[in-house]
Amino acid sequence: MITNYILAPILVHMITAVLLLFNWQRVRAQKIISIIGNSIAFILCVQLFYATQRHGFLILQAGGWKAPFGIVFVSDTFSSIMVLLTAGVSLAVGIYSTAALNVSRIKYGYFFIFHFLIMGLLGAFLTGDIFNLYVWFEVVIISSFVLLTLGGKKMQMEAAIKYVTMNMLASVIFLTAIGILYGITGTLNMADLSQKIAQIENRGLVSVTSLLFFVGFGIKSAVFPLYFWLPSSYHTPPSAIAAIFGGLLTKMGIYAMIRVFTLIFRPDEFVLGVFVVIAIMTMITGALGTINKRSVRRLISYLIVCHIGYLIGGLGLYTELAFVGMIFYLIHDVIVKSNLLMITGIIYKIRETTDMRRLGGLYKDYPRLSVIMVIAFFSLVGIPPLSGFWPKILFFGESLQAKEYVLLGAFIFASFVTLFVIARMWSEVFWKPSPKPISESSDHFSKLPLSGKFALVAPVTALSLVSLYIGFNAEGVFEIARKTAFELMHPAAYIDAVLNNTSAQ
Amino acid sequence: MELLLVLLVGILYSAGIFMMLRRSMVKLLLGLLLLGNGTNILIFLMGGLTKGKPPIIHADEKNFTDLYADPVPQALILTAIVISFALTAFAIILLKKVYATTGSDDLDSLNVQDLDI
Repeated sequence: MITNYILAPILVHMITAVLLLFNWQRVRAQKIISIIGNSIAFILCVQLFYATQRHGFLILQAGGWKAPFGIVFVSDTFSSIMVLLTAGVSLAVGIYSTAALNVSRIKYGYFFIFHFLIMGLLGAFLTGDIFNLYVWFEVVIISSFVLLTLGGKKMQMEAAIKYVTMNMLASVIFLTAIGILYGITGTLNMADLSQKIAQIENRGLVSVTSLLFFVGFGIKSAVFPLYFWLPSSYHTPPSAIAAIFGGLLTKMGIYAMIRVFTLIFRPDEFVLGVFVVIAIMTMITGALGTINKRSVRRLISYLIVCHIGYLIGGLGLYTELAFVGMIFYLIHDVIVKSNLLMITGIIYKIRETTDMRRLGGLYKDYPRLSVIMVIAFFSLVGIPPLSGFWPKILFFGESLQAKEYVLLGAFIFASFVTLFVIARMWSEVFWKPSPKPISESSDHFSKLPLSGKFALVAPVTALSLVSLYIGFNAEGVFEIARKTAFELMHPAAYIDAVLNNTSAQ
Repeated sequence: MELLLVLLVGILYSAGIFMMLRRSMVKLLLGLLLLGNGTNILIFLMGGLTKGKPPIIHADEKNFTDLYADPVPQALILTAIVISFALTAFAIILLKKVYATTGSDDLDSLNVQDLDI
C-alpha cells in the first residue's frame, strides 16, 4: 500500500528539533517541547506499527518516482518493530534527560541534537534505498559526535577522537561498498539490488562486496576485531546519552547488517562461516572484558559488545528459528540496555560514583527503587521467565541443531559470565554495606523535587514493565518475531511490494 | 583515462590508510580526508566514464538514442562531498579542542582514561 504516512514520525522529530532551535537557552520550554514532540512521535510510531501489521508493506515513493528510479521508504514488520522500539526508548530517555542532565548541557542544544539523532535512526530503519541508508547513517553519526562531546570534559574529548575516527572510517568503507555495488549492478534500490545481485556471474566480487558491507556495519555495531572504540567511549558521556548510544546506535548497525544480508546478499557457506567465527570471538572477548571491570558503566559497555555476538550468531546460523531468536533478542536488548544505562545514571545521582568498590547499601536505602532495577538486571541475564530467557533457548536449540558446538559453547559461556557479573554487581552495589559512611551531601537524588524524581524513575519503571511484559507475554512477541523472520527468509514479498506496486496514490 | 583513475584511487586509499596509522592527530585527519576523496573517485569510476555526452535529451527527441553519461554517481559524489565537508569541519574543531585540553598532538597520550578499570 502506498502511503505518505511513513514519513510522519521522521517529520515530527525534525519539526520538534527546529522548534527547539527557536527556544535556544530556554531550558523549561525546551523540556516541554521535547516531551510533547516525543509523545506525538511515539503515538505515530505505534500507529505505523499497527498499520504495517494490518496492511502488510507500506511504501512511499519520494516525489512519485517509480521504485527502481526514485528513493523509496518501506515499512515492513522488521522496520516497524525497530521504529516502535526507537520511539519508545526515545520517549523514555527524553523524559529521563529532563531531570538527569545538568542545565548547561540543555542550554547548549542537547534536546535539539537528540531529536535529530532520533530522526536519523527512524530514517535509517524506514528507507529502502542503500545510498539513502548511508545518508541517514551520517545524520545519526554527526548527531552522536555532538552528543558525545557536549560538555567538553577532557575524558569526553579523548573518547571522541576514537569514536569519531572509527565511525568516519566505517562510513568510508560503507561508501566504498556502495560504489562497487553500483558499479556491478547499476541500481541503488534494495529490492532491485536483490534481483540484480542474483544474476551476477562473478560471485567472488559479490562476496568481497558483501564483506565490505560487513566490515562497515561491523565497526558501527562493535563486533570482535572492530569493537575497541566502544568500551573506551561509551562510559564518558552522561548516562542519558549513553542510554541512546548503547540501546539504539549499535543496533542500527545490526539492523543494517541483517537487512543487507537477507535482502541484498544471500550469504554463502564462507560468509556464514565468517559470521559464526566472529560471533564466537565477540561473545568470548566481550564476556572476558566484563570480568575485571570495577566501574558499572564500563562493565555495561563490555556487555553491549558481548551481546552483539548473540545477534551475529543468530545471523550466522541463518535458519528461520534462529532469526526468530535474533529478532526477539534484538527487541529485548534495545529495551534492557537503555534501561540499564539509565539505571547507572540514577545510581550515580545517589552515590556520586559508579565504581563498585565505593558503592553499596542501595537496597537498604532505596528498597523499592532496587526492585525496579533488579528486573532490568535479571532480564538481561535471562532468568526465566524474564525476557532474555526465551531467545536464548532458541539460540541454544538452533546451534545444537546445526551442529555448531563451539558457537553453542560461546552462547553458554557468554550467558554464564553475564549471570556472574550481574550477580556480582547486584551484591556489590545493592547488598554490600556501604564502604564509607554516606554523607547527605553526596545524595543528589533525594534532594530532587518530586517532579525530578518522577522524571528519573518513571522511564526506568516503564522499561522494566516492558521487559516483564515481554517475558510473560512471550507468545505475542514470538508471533511478531516469527512473522519478521519469515519475511526476512523469503524476501520475494518485499521485492514484489516495492517494485510492482501499481496501485494509484 | 580509466587506468589513470584506477591508479589515483589506489594511491589515495593507500596514502590515506598510511596516514591514518600515524600517531599524530592531524595526520590521522588528513588520512581520513584522503580516503574520502579516494572513495568519491571510486564511485565516479564505477559509474562508468562517458566523455562529452551529458544526459540531456534534445527538445525534438523522445528518448535516449545514444550512450550517455550516468548522472547518478555524480549525485552520489555530490552528496558524499557535502557530508564529508560537515564531518571535516566538526573533526577539525574537535582536534583543536583536544589539543587545547591535552596539550598534545600524540594519539598515545589519549589513553589516560583507559588505564583505570
